[in-house]
Amino acid sequence: MASYNTRQKTRKTYSWVGRPLLDRKLSHQTYKEISVKIEGCSTQTHIQVGQFVLIEGEDDQNPYIAKLIELFEDDSKPCSRKCARVQWFIRFCEVAPCKQHFLGRKPDAQEIFWYDYPACDDNINIETVIGPVRVVALAPDEVIPMDLKNEKTFFVKLSWNGKKFRPLSPELFAEFDKLQGEGPKCQKPRTKNAESPSWCTAENVAKRIESRHSASIPCQIPTHPAIPTARKKLEFRSFSRTPDAKISQKTSCGSLDSPRKTKRKATFSETTSHSKRPQPDGIKTSSPALKALEKTGEVGLFCADDKESPECHMILRTRVSAVKTTWISETNLTPTRGGQRSSAVPYVDLKPEYIKKREAKEPEAQNEATSISHRVRRKSSLLTLNRIRQQLRFLENDKNDQEEKEFLPSAEDSDSSSEDEEVCAPARERRNPCRTSRNLWPFLVPSVQTPSKTPKKALKPRTPHRVTAKIRSRSLAAQEPASVLEEARLRLHVSAVPESLPCREQEFQDIYNFVESKLLDQTGGCMYISGVPGTGKTATVHEVIRCLQQAAQTSDVPPFQYIEVNGMKLTEPHQVYVQILEKLTGQKATANHAAALLAKQFCTRRSPQETTVLLVDELDLLWTHKQDVMYNLFDWPTHKEARLVVLTIANTMDLPERIMMSRVSSRLGLTRMSFQPYTHSQLQQILVSRLKHLKAFEDDAIQLVARKVAALSGDARRCLDICRRATEICEFSHQKQDSPGLVTVAHLMEAVDEMFSSSYITAIKNSSVLEQGFLRAILAEFHRSGLEEATFQQIYSQHVALCRMEGLPYPTMSETMAVCSRLGSCRLLLMEPSRNDLLLRVRLNVSRDDVLYALKEE
Amino acid sequence: MESRRCLPKGRLFARGFEFVEMSNRKSKNNLLHGECLSQVQRILRERFCHQTPHSNLFGVQVQYRHLIELLKRTAIHGESNSVLIVGPRGSGKTMLINHALKELMEIEEVSENILQVYLNGLLQINDKIALKEITRQLHLENVVGDKVFGSFAENFSFLLEALKKGDRTSSCPVIFILDEFDLFAHHKNQTLLYNLFDISQSPQTPVAVIGLTCRLDILELLEKRVKSRFSHRQIHLMNSFGFPQYVKIFKEQLSLPVEFPDKLFAEKWNENVQSLSEDKSVRDVLLKHFNVSKDLRSLHMLSMVALNRVTASHPFLTAADLMEAAQLCSMDSKANVVHEFQKFVQRKAHSIYNFEKPVVMKAFEHLQQLELIKPVERTSVNSQREYQLMKLLLDNTQIMNSLQKYPNCPTDVRQWATSSLSWL
Repeated sequence: MASYNTRQKTRKTYSWVGRPLLDRKLSHQTYKEISVKIEGCSTQTHIQVGQFVLIEGEDDQNPYIAKLIELFEDDSKPCSRKCARVQWFIRFCEVAPCKQHFLGRKPDAQEIFWYDYPACDDNINIETVIGPVRVVALAPDEVIPMDLKNEKTFFVKLSWNGKKFRPLSPELFAEFDKLQGEGPKCQKPRTKNAESPSWCTAENVAKRIESRHSASIPCQIPTHPAIPTARKKLEFRSFSRTPDAKISQKTSCGSLDSPRKTKRKATFSETTSHSKRPQPDGIKTSSPALKALEKTGEVGLFCADDKESPECHMILRTRVSAVKTTWISETNLTPTRGGQRSSAVPYVDLKPEYIKKREAKEPEAQNEATSISHRVRRKSSLLTLNRIRQQLRFLENDKNDQEEKEFLPSAEDSDSSSEDEEVCAPARERRNPCRTSRNLWPFLVPSVQTPSKTPKKALKPRTPHRVTAKIRSRSLAAQEPASVLEEARLRLHVSAVPESLPCREQEFQDIYNFVESKLLDQTGGCMYISGVPGTGKTATVHEVIRCLQQAAQTSDVPPFQYIEVNGMKLTEPHQVYVQILEKLTGQKATANHAAALLAKQFCTRRSPQETTVLLVDELDLLWTHKQDVMYNLFDWPTHKEARLVVLTIANTMDLPERIMMSRVSSRLGLTRMSFQPYTHSQLQQILVSRLKHLKAFEDDAIQLVARKVAALSGDARRCLDICRRATEICEFSHQKQDSPGLVTVAHLMEAVDEMFSSSYITAIKNSSVLEQGFLRAILAEFHRSGLEEATFQQIYSQHVALCRMEGLPYPTMSETMAVCSRLGSCRLLLMEPSRNDLLLRVRLNVSRDDVLYALKEE
Repeated sequence: MESRRCLPKGRLFARGFEFVEMSNRKSKNNLLHGECLSQVQRILRERFCHQTPHSNLFGVQVQYRHLIELLKRTAIHGESNSVLIVGPRGSGKTMLINHALKELMEIEEVSENILQVYLNGLLQINDKIALKEITRQLHLENVVGDKVFGSFAENFSFLLEALKKGDRTSSCPVIFILDEFDLFAHHKNQTLLYNLFDISQSPQTPVAVIGLTCRLDILELLEKRVKSRFSHRQIHLMNSFGFPQYVKIFKEQLSLPVEFPDKLFAEKWNENVQSLSEDKSVRDVLLKHFNVSKDLRSLHMLSMVALNRVTASHPFLTAADLMEAAQLCSMDSKANVVHEFQKFVQRKAHSIYNFEKPVVMKAFEHLQQLELIKPVERTSVNSQREYQLMKLLLDNTQIMNSLQKYPNCPTDVRQWATSSLSWL
């Protein structure tokens, strides 16, 4: 064990590069790049997702090779939270010796195999990463090119799934090719320097340890001579004694701790072996292997008769260090249980037993961190609950949320050098449960992760019981249009989505180009679209999105996620966060929490993810006093990693200047577009395109309605509504005849009149004699006083006088008051609340001329 | 408005019952007659008080056609629509929609395939309540029993989601009836209206949004984006009938239906109504009433008061009944309370009667309670009651009229009135 010391004395600092991105499912923070700084060395190594890395294993001569799939921060771990998910490669020497003959040829020294075994735990701690390496994919019959035959390059020809060697699938090949194309780009010039030492460190250390481990390694690859410079560096580095969270501990207490560790290991392996007893054969094999490993250190022997070589492979790995063994043995369990799940034995029955055993072993595991005992207790509660897996899945999500919250405030302390080993040791042990947090078997996760709270919580997932939002469907299908007019009416309905939007080609093109360019550049941006209602703003954007989605399907543009929110469909501005978050990730949260989560998602680095296109309709409704909602919406796209395209729609052209603070409008930018109201020719074109191949309207009629509407508002909705109404009128007027004819100008005029004529004049004409008299009195009073306002008392006396002049019986005060309030309720008059009684002030809501005109008519 | 008018209706109703009861008790021999009468009263009162869709519609055939066609298209073809029914109070808006819905539900293929949601602006005073009510009436899945769970925002997105999922052909059409539509326009941001109209203009669940309002300027109340989504269909109910029609309506409203059990009595009653409608004095009364107000509800009121005078001993309506009813209806409310007013006026006129101060103050307060006088706005609390500035809420003519009606009026008050009021 002492042989590890040399390597561990160098301290590496790992830090993320770029902003985190929120992983949708697991709510982890994912990153795209990490930089490794080796203390005492001025160089930095940048490792990106997708690159190939060396990972320290028990055989330092041949470190593991893997491809980084994801870098993420696991908040559930208190100590070292930087983790990575990898795709393993396997060396020939790591293949079970009994199976090595399957290859049928002598492997090349630098040949590795794509490890196609999904049950393998693919989560690693970032601190085990040694450095980047180059991997080249070759066809099975290709000869390894000589120019690349240095030790930093590995070659992949085949994949190994534990049973068979297979050629790489074409998809994998394509992936490799892509990576190779990117290869030089990824390896930034400055990393060149750092690359070799990091690699050589491992190499050198490996050399020293080699002798000790040679016994346990069944197959040896000839060692490569170490580079002298690297050795120098190594020695230099060995002076720095800053303890890394993990490594320092190993160095200083490696030998001291070993008894304790072995003891713990013993308990672990014992529990596992106990648990295995009721399980099928395949699993049993692993526990003796484990036991044997610790007792004799001879693995090869067991591997020989092991049927499941991945387990053997895993066991090989466990030799890294005693501490590592503990967790790997744990992870080792998970694959077996995963296998078991697929087998006929129902795992629900098995698990309690497993838990029982664990519980029984609890006293032995006393020196384990408290979280483990929590876990055990938790498991005992599981035993009684016998829940279904579905619920567990819910719980896992919940838990992840919770832990994220819980650990958020605690600073990342894995790098803090002040931490001494007493503190460090339990902290690291506590890491064990978290190791499995991201594995493939979620049913284990809650039991491991959840701090013992109420077991009830497991039964009651936080998500409210899902109810489907649905209006009940009709029992009888809706009738299809039977006549030409009905068909026309259907097509003229505003809700009918036309195949294309005529007259908005230019706007369409502009928006399309804007969004497309952002998608291609993988950047973000804002656009402000304004225009009076009914000018096709939302329809055009929808059309753009539809076209882009089609383009994305044929992979002309990168795929993107489309989210739509409408200010009018929110109960209050901050709800916009909740809606965006729910549509983005499916999570439900309160407005404040959602805002925080979204900020985290958009403002921090995340793994390569598709661009999000966000449409915000009725933007002006998102105005708040502090304007924080608008600010956030426009601020997110400015972050490089957010990849957010925000399209905003509102009615007023000068909204940014009018209601936004300068810091908000500045972020909105100057990409603006204004939709002009439709002209009459455009409206005509719209109608014609909708009524294509359908002769329902006279041409003149269409022109008339287009001109009418263009003169009034240019609102396409109005235009369609009028036409629709006209078809009804036409149908109605032709009811007696058999064949309803075309919609004529007369029909349309009637429809226009119905919709736009003022109803005040007809209302006055149809009012009672007394009401008309009262209106006359109002006019007289206004004329007398020269004001536009009068009290009720004045009008009443005027009314009485008028009645006297005409010799009519004059009405009582109460009657007149009733008349007045009746006119007021129709809003022919504007009046104060009626508590003022006689002194109530009255105004006309119609122009005097209208009243005179209406009264004179009779 | 509405409630104020409803109140006397109820009171009269109760009084009517008493009369019937009493008459029944008094004349046991006239039992059969009494039974008939009580049935008559029941039928007619129902007709006058409730907006039952059984009664006929008058002069709104065109509007009715428009509405029923529109509803049918929504129900059968799944076409979304929005319409406003505008008309002054008492013009039969609710009656119209009730009629239309009744006819609609009688169509076999429709009755199963339609959902109705009634909202009233006076009850659903904000969107939150309205939303709960809609969810409840639609029986969505977040309704348990009669309770709707979840926050406002949740319910809102849930409902929108529900409506959005539907499509024209397969979803059940929903008819939204918004009574007192103008009050919905005062909700914050007009969120509810926007969404209802938006649904009616997008390919979602078919809806028919029907608003009832008495405000002619309703379109000006709508925000422009809401207005744009509204289809601008308006059905105006204007009471656009003349006096001959009014009389006809009066006759029809008082006539008994042919299903009346006692055919003989029904015939006699109807004959009486016919002769009434031709009577000169009745026509005068009706004309006066017609001149004051054309709406049918006031006609119902008049008939109701007259109907209450029908007893076993007085089995048929007479012209005198109607005249008296008309008088009751058009009575000046303030004239009745002038008595109290006298005392105060006496005091003011420095009459020979020297009332004590508390008595005068009491009278003064009483006047204030009756709202015949009213303090000038915003009187400070500190000012003494004796020196508060008051406003008189009566017209001179009203005072004169009431004084003339008041038989025991002291002469000095009368003198004061003639001198000072005519001078004023």
